[in-house]
Amino acid sequence: MSLLELDGIGHSFFGRTVLAGITLRIAPGQIVALVGPSGSGKSTLAHIAAGLVQPREGRITRRYARHAMVFQDPRLLPWATAAGNIGFPLRLTRAPRRARPAMIRAAALRAGLLPEDLGKYPSELSGGMRQRAAIARALVTEPDFIYFDEPFTALDIALKRRMQDLVIEAAASARFAALFITHDLSEAIRISHRILVLDPQGQGIAGQRGLPGAPGSRDDAAVFTLRQHCLNDDPLFAHIDDIDERLRP
Amino acid sequence: MSLGACLDRLARLGRFLWSAWAGLAGLCLIAALWQAGHEAYGDFVLTAPLDTIAAAARLLREGEAQDLLALTTRRALTGFALCAVAGGLAGVAAGYSPAVLRLSRPILTLLLGVPPIAWIVLAMIWFGPSDTTVAVVILISATPLVFVGAVEGVVTRDRGLDDMARVFGAGPLRRFAFVSARQISAQLFPALILALGSAFKVAIMAELLANAGGIGGALARARAMLDIAEALAWVILAVAALIVVEYVLIRSVRAELERWREAAAPWGVKR
Repeated sequence: MSLLELDGIGHSFFGRTVLAGITLRIAPGQIVALVGPSGSGKSTLAHIAAGLVQPREGRITRRYARHAMVFQDPRLLPWATAAGNIGFPLRLTRAPRRARPAMIRAAALRAGLLPEDLGKYPSELSGGMRQRAAIARALVTEPDFIYFDEPFTALDIALKRRMQDLVIEAAASARFAALFITHDLSEAIRISHRILVLDPQGQGIAGQRGLPGAPGSRDDAAVFTLRQHCLNDDPLFAHIDDIDERLRP
Repeated sequence: MSLGACLDRLARLGRFLWSAWAGLAGLCLIAALWQAGHEAYGDFVLTAPLDTIAAAARLLREGEAQDLLALTTRRALTGFALCAVAGGLAGVAAGYSPAVLRLSRPILTLLLGVPPIAWIVLAMIWFGPSDTTVAVVILISATPLVFVGAVEGVVTRDRGLDDMARVFGAGPLRRFAFVSARQISAQLFPALILALGSAFKVAIMAELLANAGGIGGALARARAMLDIAEALAWVILAVAALIVVEYVLIRSVRAELERWREAAAPWGVKR
């Protein structure tokens, strides 16, 4: 039984096909990374799966109770404080008003935000803090499925690592399943149970590789070895870095 | 409300009142130019600022002025409320629907192209010298401003935030209430401030031309008697009424909604 099933998803922008014949399944508690060169339609696929974009063809079955999403940019409401932003999904799910502050504090703590940051506006927070707030916002309703749409691309390397650890810890403690879009193979190896590789032209899933052990159990040397192995010996990953996005629509 | 929030509010109010010194300095600059004009051209062309203020104070003390001010303010506010509601609703609708926007563009050009004076004449013929005349003229002349502000607000909103709200399960109504309305208001408030100013101007103009009483009527009388001091005094009173209404009604709401902008600029001169 899988939480998310995509069957034969296809999509086109202005008559140009960007995705065709995408079929994938994600089981409960599983973090699946979707890698592919930039411009291959990864983000579009995540948006289709989350219901933001209507696919031209194919069938989506969602068996999870609630989903959330972390976008590439934090997408915080500029007029609301960090607490207001983190609590935004609680307003939408009509969580009891009295329980909200405690839920917001708990989610903020898990995302590594300090209580004194909760009263600040997004413009007063640094880039990393904003992304932390966005992650806390995704965690606050305790969803059983989270979409990550290249969430850490804009962060520097040290910050990126810390955010990845955050997601790994949160996934281990909250047991959510996730579709993690990224074009960084090391990130995919660190964070996921399974890696899907999107065809460079968006023509289906080119293939997938399971990863040994649980996310978070792999140290840097293991991640590096796996990455070298994938890039040098595995034909599946041959094209993930060499596409020129200007050739794509 | 907690003590901290109360203190924060008091601090902001104090800062706001303190910033009035800057406004006062600007007004004093105008008064100085005015005084120079008075000294160059004499009492008959331009009464001295202090004399004018004294005349205004006298008008207020004598009682009738308060009623006239209230009458004009009420008329301007009625027209302003009508144009804010009509322009706001139509602008939001047009922002969301390109078809409505295209249909309304020529109407907008038409409304803006016809001089307000023509509307005053028409409204006078249709409704006589009454409150309705003033309200209708304000409605017609100020609605386009509010409309354009609302359209801009809808069109320039951050669609990424809309998507974010949709992912977290907000339907169209709650997306509008929680996400879009705040973004629209940021564009709408400057338009509303302009519309309020133009509502007062048009109200006085319509009163003067339609002989409908109020400050416009008093100005007409001052003109007939060539009483410069009284005419200027009425102008000062009208401007003072506008300033009071603008700061009480619009700027206070706006300051409340735009606190985050102040937070974005923690150092330096507050605007």
